[in-house]
Amino acid sequence: MINGFFAVYLREILILKRKIKRQILSMSISPLLYLIAFGYAMGNKVVVHGHSYIEFLIPGLVAMSSMTYSFGISSEINIARFYWQIFDEFQASPISDVAYVLGEVAAAITRAFLGIFIILFLGYIFGVHLNYLNLYFFGGILLNSFVFASIAVALAMLVKSHADQAFLSSFVITPMAFLGGTFFPVDRLPGWAQIFIKLLPITHAARVIRKSAFGEIPNLNSYLILFVLGIIFFGLAIKTVAMARD
Amino acid sequence: MDKKTVIKIKGLKKQYGSKPALNGVNLEVFKGELFAYLGPNGAGKSTTIRILTGLTKKTAGDVWLDGYHIETHPKQAKSQFGLVPQSINLDMELSVRENLDIHGRLYGLGSKHRKMRIEQVLRYVDMEEEINTLVKRLSGGMKRRIMIARALIHSPSILFLDEPTVGLDAKIRRRLWALIKKIQEQGTTIFLTTHYIEEAEFLAHRVAFLDKGSIITIDSPENLIQGVGNWALDFLEDGTLKTIYFEKRKQAKEYILTHTGSFSLRRVNLEDAFLRLTGKKMQ
Repeated sequence: MINGFFAVYLREILILKRKIKRQILSMSISPLLYLIAFGYAMGNKVVVHGHSYIEFLIPGLVAMSSMTYSFGISSEINIARFYWQIFDEFQASPISDVAYVLGEVAAAITRAFLGIFIILFLGYIFGVHLNYLNLYFFGGILLNSFVFASIAVALAMLVKSHADQAFLSSFVITPMAFLGGTFFPVDRLPGWAQIFIKLLPITHAARVIRKSAFGEIPNLNSYLILFVLGIIFFGLAIKTVAMARD
Repeated sequence: MDKKTVIKIKGLKKQYGSKPALNGVNLEVFKGELFAYLGPNGAGKSTTIRILTGLTKKTAGDVWLDGYHIETHPKQAKSQFGLVPQSINLDMELSVRENLDIHGRLYGLGSKHRKMRIEQVLRYVDMEEEINTLVKRLSGGMKRRIMIARALIHSPSILFLDEPTVGLDAKIRRRLWALIKKIQEQGTTIFLTTHYIEEAEFLAHRVAFLDKGSIITIDSPENLIQGVGNWALDFLEDGTLKTIYFEKRKQAKEYILTHTGSFSLRRVNLEDAFLRLTGKKMQ
């Protein structure tokens, strides 16, 4: 299984390496715009939970990016599947479905961490110095990336065209990116909305990533929820690989 | 040629919704054989290969590859073959070496073995100088040769070639034929789908005619052709191209002398055999 996993992972990483300059540039654009528009423009005038808005924003951006960049593997899989038909090479080879999913999920997590290091670097340039060097912070990112990478692989296997993939992203990722406590505190929403939003994995991720970045110990239940969701979606992703055979 | 069966297909059926694609295909391919699977577009050639290689689920039937059932022993069955699909599915952004290396890893080849096999297969397809070239910079014919090299990297006993020369010009096609022949002569069993008649005639030991998901006949190209005659005379009648067959050239010439119209005399080929059996042309 290790050979198969590593072959799938290596392929994604080699492709990432081939376009690394473009990738870094494209991963820098959105956080830079968010930092300028919401952070720099508002500066220290807005205070949220005792922190300047830009300090509140950076961990939110980290949570959101760990979701969007890991979910982005679905586009790579779809290009390989529908356009280059490279997915057939994996399907015809003697590797297990688990090895395939593991390779894609690991590649997605790697992409997410690359994007996050870019955000942390940009934050540093903007003068934000938070408490990043702790296991709670990176554990939250890892689990959140794991959840959304697994969702991405499962959806990439279920869709029938690249257009369907974009459609799903609009309905799954975009609402979570804005509502999951990334840009504003969830407790300012009406009660009914809070109940709904607390069901989303991104809400738990944003909460633990922010708390740990502020030097506090996050609620461990959120890690447990992310872990359980990750395992469920990982299992689903394995099931859907077999379903992708027509 | 050894008579050991390496590909065995029994009652293979495939249905897409209510549309049947394969209607109970039965066949056996022997060790070291070059077997051509011929039929018009939509006959079920690619569907058969996709089922044999685990890319498509069958509706019914059984398939064994070198003795391994594709469902009960999928890993062992998949390790027995190399696949060259119809469309070019190489990683364009990666180099030739990287493409082959990833493939070698998928088949569990160790580092030294992989390196050695990459050099060997590239030499074999006469592409060793392109080892560090990005695949996107290669010509269509070169990409096809790299796909063949990739399929051979784990030394499979069976090679599936799905329309391997489609879209290539005649010169490159002939070069690939020589390569395919060389692979077969070194003991690899080849299962080839094609709709190029001359490709099957030149390469195959045996040919199966497939039409509407069913095998019409299986025989050597020589026997299939002999069953029709030796000479074919094409002519236009009421705006339709018609063909009549003769055992001897002299008989055909006598026919021309006793009839009016425009005639074209040629050797009988597999297309004629297909026409005789199905009542329609292959291409």
